[in-house]
Amino acid sequence: MAEKTPNLLVQASPFLRQGLTTPRVMADVLWALVPLLAMAVWYFGIGGLLVVAAATAGAVGTEWLFGRRMAGVRLADGSAAVTGVVLGLTLPPGLPLWMAFLGGVVAVGLGKLVWGGLGHNLFNPALVGRAFLQAAFPLAITTWVAPAGWTAVRQSNFALPFMQPTGDAVTSATPLNLMKFEGAETAPGALLAGDVAGSLGETSAGLILLVGAFLVLRRAFDWRIPVGIIASVAVFSALPWLIAPERYPSPLFMLLSGGLLFGAVFMATDPVTSPVAPLGAWIFAVGVGLLVVLIRLWGGLPEGVMYAILLMNAATPLIERVTQPRAFGHRRREKEAA
Amino acid sequence: MTLTARTFRHGIHPEGHKESTADLPIRRMPFGDRFVLPLSQHAGAPAKPVVRPGERVARGQVVAEAAAFVSSTIHSPVTGTVTDLGLRHHPNGRLVDAIEVDADPFSSQEVRLPAPAPWREMSDEEFVEQVQRAGLVGMGGAAFPSHVKYKVPAGKQIRTLILNGCECEPFLTTDHRTMVERPEAVLAGAHIVATRLGAEETVIGVELNKPAAIEALRGAIPEGAPVRVVPLKVKYPQGAEKMLIEALFGLEIPSGGLPLDVGMLVNNVGTMAALHDYFETGLPLIERVVTVAGPGVERPANLLVPVGTPVRAVLDFCGGLLPRTREVILGGPMMGMPMASLDVPVLKGTSGILAFTEAETRLPTEYSCIRCGRCVEACPQFLNPSRLARLARAGRWEDMERSFVKDCVECGSCSFSCPSGIPIVQLIRVSKSAIRDRDS
Repeated sequence: MAEKTPNLLVQASPFLRQGLTTPRVMADVLWALVPLLAMAVWYFGIGGLLVVAAATAGAVGTEWLFGRRMAGVRLADGSAAVTGVVLGLTLPPGLPLWMAFLGGVVAVGLGKLVWGGLGHNLFNPALVGRAFLQAAFPLAITTWVAPAGWTAVRQSNFALPFMQPTGDAVTSATPLNLMKFEGAETAPGALLAGDVAGSLGETSAGLILLVGAFLVLRRAFDWRIPVGIIASVAVFSALPWLIAPERYPSPLFMLLSGGLLFGAVFMATDPVTSPVAPLGAWIFAVGVGLLVVLIRLWGGLPEGVMYAILLMNAATPLIERVTQPRAFGHRRREKEAA
Repeated sequence: MTLTARTFRHGIHPEGHKESTADLPIRRMPFGDRFVLPLSQHAGAPAKPVVRPGERVARGQVVAEAAAFVSSTIHSPVTGTVTDLGLRHHPNGRLVDAIEVDADPFSSQEVRLPAPAPWREMSDEEFVEQVQRAGLVGMGGAAFPSHVKYKVPAGKQIRTLILNGCECEPFLTTDHRTMVERPEAVLAGAHIVATRLGAEETVIGVELNKPAAIEALRGAIPEGAPVRVVPLKVKYPQGAEKMLIEALFGLEIPSGGLPLDVGMLVNNVGTMAALHDYFETGLPLIERVVTVAGPGVERPANLLVPVGTPVRAVLDFCGGLLPRTREVILGGPMMGMPMASLDVPVLKGTSGILAFTEAETRLPTEYSCIRCGRCVEACPQFLNPSRLARLARAGRWEDMERSFVKDCVECGSCSFSCPSGIPIVQLIRVSKSAIRDRDS
């Protein structure tokens, strides 16, 4: 009975799959970061590129070194590179490279691998790295410089580990500092273009909106999160502004300044650390927006995006639990085990 | 029309791949030499053989009888001789009891079938018995014995008969061709069922990618008959019973419930044509339309194949497999079964034979779940497949049950949409069977 039969594969159905893969999603995000990186170099100089490179080297190196023996950790998924570049773009241009590198190590090591690798972490790894740097090096991470052209490389970038960086750079206040401590509002035009002091990738609001739209079109993340954050910041900051416009910044300034848009597009949207269900995504986004406004207007810090997202990351499992969609054919949301 | 067409919530949009066979008329495949009839080719108890080796049988003669109420009758697809009762490979990979029949090479295979029973005059019990006697099972793939659905419990009433003409599985065009070529048979079968069960209305759901079928059915509806064809958006798994009812009426069948609970009954269009054939000509379910397609097939076709014909013979009739073929599937690419061997028979529930090459069968590289939620958006049962997959890996069956794993229809939309290549539906299937084993 055995005629010539080809060797047949026996796999489990389905035998068709859509084309999108996780590395391609990560690659889309990396491509979207390239224009921001170019803009960072344009304003803050080659030194900025070195900061991002150091953070990325720390992140990818840690994933490679410690992830090698962990089940399910694959350098090829591209997630460590995304973490490194995103972290790098949230750092000040003059940050010593060794600090940026250390931030990358902490981001992937403590932010992701100790949790079990990609998909298991509670907090956004890049923000864990940044929070670590903020706690460890409060001075260096708040030393801002003014844009100085693409050739600029700062001496402080090359400070040796644990030495006080020599203060050669002309420090400059960010728009949020100006607002917080001097009550001066930077013009929207400068904020859209990005020709202001700030973290490497966060200053050009216009460019971030553009690449954000690209990522939404590519379905790289849930559009509800950035849209919800932007809308809620606008609403929550409009209330005090309408009551006392001389004391509080305009909603437009709130949206375009600082790390809000960068965080809304590249950090809050991390699917691992944000709710899956649509309703959960809205709750998460509104929570981030509310916390940003509270911290910026009434907190001690000029900027609040990082802590707002980290706090909502912590709330995500709870949000997830109460926003599970109602299973088909069941009357109401029956309680599920966590 | 596209904008107003109805559909269910969630689901996926795989490419249709129907163009290679959609316009090919159904052709009759010549009778082969040898036929294998597994006693279990329907849901429920295996049939009981009533013939012995060496016995002469006529085409359409009963060779195995239903062994229980949820069981079906099996007939010889050819005039010939029973050569063996023994173990044969079932397409599902198991060795099962089967009847082997060799065709009589000198028979024309044209037989005088027993006169059909007049369906209007029999009692309800007789009607159910006749349908079982005809060997009718759902021809969409699940092969559930049809007569079971027609035995409506006391106190329940079928108001709406729904015909499933979605054929949402890619590649398959058997229902499509049946609707285009035999709309009268489909409608006549539906008329019999609707009349017998006292249904007030018949609603036929057909996806918009089959305009010729919609047109043919509409053209064949008798003036004034309470029959509607409802075009549906193209989406998978619209042919799943509960999804089809949601698409047509916006109704959710309760978990664990049946369409019967809301006064409805769903039948595949091919099953309706077969039921018509039985009551019109006495022809039991001994042949069916099979789509042969896929990049590994030399000449794709829609064939009327005698049940029991080896898959190898069907493929040979279509010019054989191309050398680059890597995988052969019975059924559709979303829920079909992969074959380890071509020496298995076409069954009553075999809607397609698909041959795939390297390009379609490359196993996706598996990455970590990034909780992107695409499976959640795809699941027509509104479950959380990524979570179920995680629980499955940990063997947490109780937690899976609390997450409604039993509502999973195993449509595979989750695996299809997962960018991390996680075999989600397979993990769920394995767990469900582990849960069943534990409970039994």
